Amino acid sequence: MTTLELRGVSKVYGEGPTAVHALRGIDLSVQAGALVAVMGPSGSGKSTLLTIAGSLEDPTDGEVLVGGTTLSNMSRNAKARLRRRSIGYVFQDYNLLAGLTAAENVALPLELDGIGARKARAAGMAALEELGLADRASRFPDELSGGERQRVAIARAVVGERRLLLADEPSGALDSANGDAVMRLMRTACQRGVAGVVVTHDAQLASWADRVVFLRDGRVADQTAPPPGPESLLAPSTGQGQ
Amino acid sequence: MSVRHALLALLSEGPKYGLQLREEFEARTGEVWPLNVGQVYTTLQRLERDGLVESDDAAEDGPQKGFRITAGGEQELASWLRTPPDLSSPPRDELVIKVLVALRLPGVDVHDIVQAHRRYLVELMQQWTRIKQDAADHDLGLPLAVDAELFRLDSVIRWLDAADGYLNRAATWPPAAAPAASSLPKLRRRAGVRR
Ligand SMILES: Nc1ncnc2c1ncn2[C@@H]1O[C@H](COP(=O)(O)OP(=O)(O)O)[C@@H](O)[C@H]1O
Ligand SMILES: [Mg+2]
Repeated sequence: MTTLELRGVSKVYGEGPTAVHALRGIDLSVQAGALVAVMGPSGSGKSTLLTIAGSLEDPTDGEVLVGGTTLSNMSRNAKARLRRRSIGYVFQDYNLLAGLTAAENVALPLELDGIGARKARAAGMAALEELGLADRASRFPDELSGGERQRVAIARAVVGERRLLLADEPSGALDSANGDAVMRLMRTACQRGVAGVVVTHDAQLASWADRVVFLRDGRVADQTAPPPGPESLLAPSTGQGQ
Repeated sequence: MSVRHALLALLSEGPKYGLQLREEFEARTGEVWPLNVGQVYTTLQRLERDGLVESDDAAEDGPQKGFRITAGGEQELASWLRTPPDLSSPPRDELVIKVLVALRLPGVDVHDIVQAHRRYLVELMQQWTRIKQDAADHDLGLPLAVDAELFRLDSVIRWLDAADGYLNRAATWPPAAAPAASSLPKLRRRAGVRR
């Protein structure tokens, strides 16, 4: 099942001679359960692609389909509901609310969606537990380490019945162990059937994905082939590095 | 890693039989650094000749012969651990040479060349990451060895990214500022230290 599909998506910021063509005719589909990484130099359109995929912005041209539904045919309300219910966002600066505890931050999207406070908190706690953060539940964001904050942000992004997980440079300033932890969590979410898109310039993060798409000047310039089994690297004849 | 020091490391845990050494050697190093198992017995003989290990004099040569490390062997192992490998002279890097050559060939899009290599490297990293992901929690050696490979490949990709950015900026330079012909031989001489 295709969870996210971009068909000929273009985005132009501004008009006339100063117009910026951030995306030019992007085709991309992400199946349920797949994790796709988008790499590319700064300014190649990665963040624009993600905000359009997440319906936070409209394309200038082309169509975005989430779960088979064309976004441009949806009412404002329906889109808002889709964003709250089906799409989880993780951004570099975490976007946790400083006045809420970790548990309250995670439960917030559910409460905004009209789910009762008690039920929302329970689902939030469950998500935190899964990420090994149960003992941090009642801490405020400024009482957490960078890695913990990012894990709370992921818990918030996957809480409830999300179908699409979108992450923009999710490891930010995290060290490589925390970056691995973040990607491990994204993979786990995808194994439950969520479709994930992670935007990054970091090849170590991207290498967690099933498929890596390379952007250049707003176009898909290239993508990786489906990986062969790991046996190919461990076979003595192809062993790397002595 | 040399077979010699791998064997000293195994023996520093306690005395072992030849066959046991061979098996442990294979189990610990085989997965990531395939070393030549056939060298185990000849290396043990040399270690004994050099006084770094001792064997049961009575026993015959073969799998059942027991070995233990000597004080000299412990010292050799400790000093090997602390001796930095020689990284001072740059290796001749085939990839660097390919990109430098592409830069000078008319009709070649260097960005395409760079991307072809980048994609290959990312695909390799995907395979290594999958191995790390599947590694059991208690197994420390494998993820560490895989990380070493991931960091190495990542550094090559970062060089490619930097080269790409450099090319983009160079494209906007006035022609006079384009790479001068003299820049290549100089680099070749410096990069050619290790043959
Ligand atoms: N809101 C905006 N208004 C005008 N230009 C924008 C806006 N957002 C992004 N851009 C431009 O679009 C291009 C792509 O940006 P972006 O998607 O942020 O790239 P990336 O995330 O790959 O660094 C850049 O040239 C950027 O300056
Ligand atoms: Mg960006």
